[in-house]
Amino acid sequence: MIEVRWHGRGGQGVVTSSELLARAVLREGKYVQHFPEFGPERRGAPVRAFTRIDDKPIDIHYGIYEPDIVVVIDPVLLSTNVEGILSGLKNGGYLILNTTKVPEGIARIAKEKDLKVYTVDAHKIALEVFNRPLYNTPMLGALVKATGLASLDSVLKALEERFKGEILEKNKIAVKRAYEEVVKYEV
Amino acid sequence: MKYKTWKDLPIGAVIPEPGSSVEYKTGTWRTFKPVIDQDKCIRCLLCWVSCPEPSIRRHEENRVSVDYDFCKGCGICANICPVKAIEMVSEL
Amino acid sequence: MARIVGMNGDTAVAYAVKQADVDVIAAYPITPQTIIVEKLSEYVNNGELNAAYVPVESEHSALSACVGASLAGARVFTATASQGLALMYEILYIASSLRTTIVMALGNRAFSAPINIHCSHDDAYAVRDAGWIELFAENVQEAYDLTFQAFRIAEDKNVLFPTIVNLDGFILTHSLEGVNVFEDEEIPKFLPPKEPVNPIDPEKPVSYGPLDLFDYYIEHKKQQAEALKASYPHILKVFEEFREFSGRSYKPLKTLSMEDAEVAVIILGSAAGTVRDVVRKLREKGEKVGVVSLTLYRPFPQEELVKVLKGVKAVAVMDRSYSYGSPGAQLFMDVAATLINVRDKPLLFNVIYGLGGRDLKPEHVVQVFEHAKKVAKEGEVPEKEVWIGVRE
Repeated sequence: MIEVRWHGRGGQGVVTSSELLARAVLREGKYVQHFPEFGPERRGAPVRAFTRIDDKPIDIHYGIYEPDIVVVIDPVLLSTNVEGILSGLKNGGYLILNTTKVPEGIARIAKEKDLKVYTVDAHKIALEVFNRPLYNTPMLGALVKATGLASLDSVLKALEERFKGEILEKNKIAVKRAYEEVVKYEV
Repeated sequence: MKYKTWKDLPIGAVIPEPGSSVEYKTGTWRTFKPVIDQDKCIRCLLCWVSCPEPSIRRHEENRVSVDYDFCKGCGICANICPVKAIEMVSEL
Repeated sequence: MARIVGMNGDTAVAYAVKQADVDVIAAYPITPQTIIVEKLSEYVNNGELNAAYVPVESEHSALSACVGASLAGARVFTATASQGLALMYEILYIASSLRTTIVMALGNRAFSAPINIHCSHDDAYAVRDAGWIELFAENVQEAYDLTFQAFRIAEDKNVLFPTIVNLDGFILTHSLEGVNVFEDEEIPKFLPPKEPVNPIDPEKPVSYGPLDLFDYYIEHKKQQAEALKASYPHILKVFEEFREFSGRSYKPLKTLSMEDAEVAVIILGSAAGTVRDVVRKLREKGEKVGVVSLTLYRPFPQEELVKVLKGVKAVAVMDRSYSYGSPGAQLFMDVAATLINVRDKPLLFNVIYGLGGRDLKPEHVVQVFEHAKKVAKEGEVPEKEVWIGVRE
């Protein structure tokens, strides 16, 4: 079983990215749960979402506390919420960040915990593709490239379940660009 | 009257014979009965409108009569009558 | 060919209701059920579902409209949660006593105060005495499947009782899982159009809901009590026909490792799977633990429960609610009353967990089993009521 925790802030589509991952993984015949963290939904406030993936049916229904993978779609959280981001992340787990530069504090802990850290400049991709800071779909592209959780094709098909027309096309471009541009950060 | 058991009743407490309340004659509840003086009556129908039962019957040319099968003897008709054409008469 | 679609619990219920081709929906949105009625109003608006969607000003009116529509012969659906269910309360008893066939989805949510939008089973338990049939879903697939079965059960001429599908608020209503869905054209094989009993008919008028005093009221109540008991084998038949139709098996009780269990948990809803997962792990260590969860909560599956608990030494009955001032919470009292005249019954204790959405984690379940093992070993119950996952 693989457990993913997504961090972002209200309005950035963090819940959508977790849902799209779930839909992509379902297409590959796996079992999945996706659930947002519920509370007052406020634009700009920190938000988390969760995806649980397995090869066999998932019987459990409780929160994810020790994720294998953490995706931070919002670069601001890298300085404001380091503790929250790294909380419970398993040793040897994945950390997928929307940044060009890994902050020193995170780099140090990544080394201690033997994390696999990947970065992508989703901010730049989002501004170029959407002209708005929409980080969710590019971060999904970066995640599947870094971890192999789902194929690029499954992600693009999942986008088709959710979006139409110009928005679909732009999201496809954003996913593909992040898929290409994500790089491994050597801890 | 033979009461039905729980096994005999239609489900959901429906009453399959609609309007069965007419079988329940309330006329026996009276102590006084209204008697209409047709000569004094001005056919205003206030008694017909006011009877809660309703057991004032309306006929041709707005003449009225009392249905004693159902009249409970409340006296509202006698009270409302503007010309005192209805008298409450003891049943005893 | 199976088609798997990613849906959350609410979406799955709404999709099933659409496929069930309901005639009338009267509902008022309330978290965490809102997505159900939003989706259904979209289906009606888009012409994907040919139904009357009655926008009402309250849940009291929603259920009242459903009663009228059901008596008129329509296939009827509503959904609510928590405070909305509380506002329906007066009509709940009327709906069952008039033998309507309303199907309701209840997105289980805690009662106020304080205000909480998350899962407790307060609302599910509030209906336990009202004469409705109650089913509990443990995952999104079950929420979808049970919705079809609820229509079949409610409308069965040997049943004719309104039926609730309970699904845990947020944990199921808002979680996306893969759902094996039917194709529209398959549905009538399992769920043909409703055949009304005593429908409102101007040519053949009947009186509904008359005054009924000491001369007949108790006969009507006895009849209703016996009818709900008598519905039991017909509910089993619907489960069986659903298995033939879908290949997915439903039973009043779901059990894991109960054959030789010495201690067991009884539970309702989405947390059952978490308990099963712990049971599998403890079994690997050789511990004789088991778990029972109820898909059918009303009518309560008494005989089956007595059977599966035979030989068990201690049972933790887990309630996601509380019954203030009672000798135990609701499921605990059901289980205790079921076992009261049984010889060699297990010792029981009541675990209160998960109120207002507090997560039930595997370590909590392990604690419950530890407690149960102690009770079994010592042969006595030091604490009849144990709260788990609460800060002391």
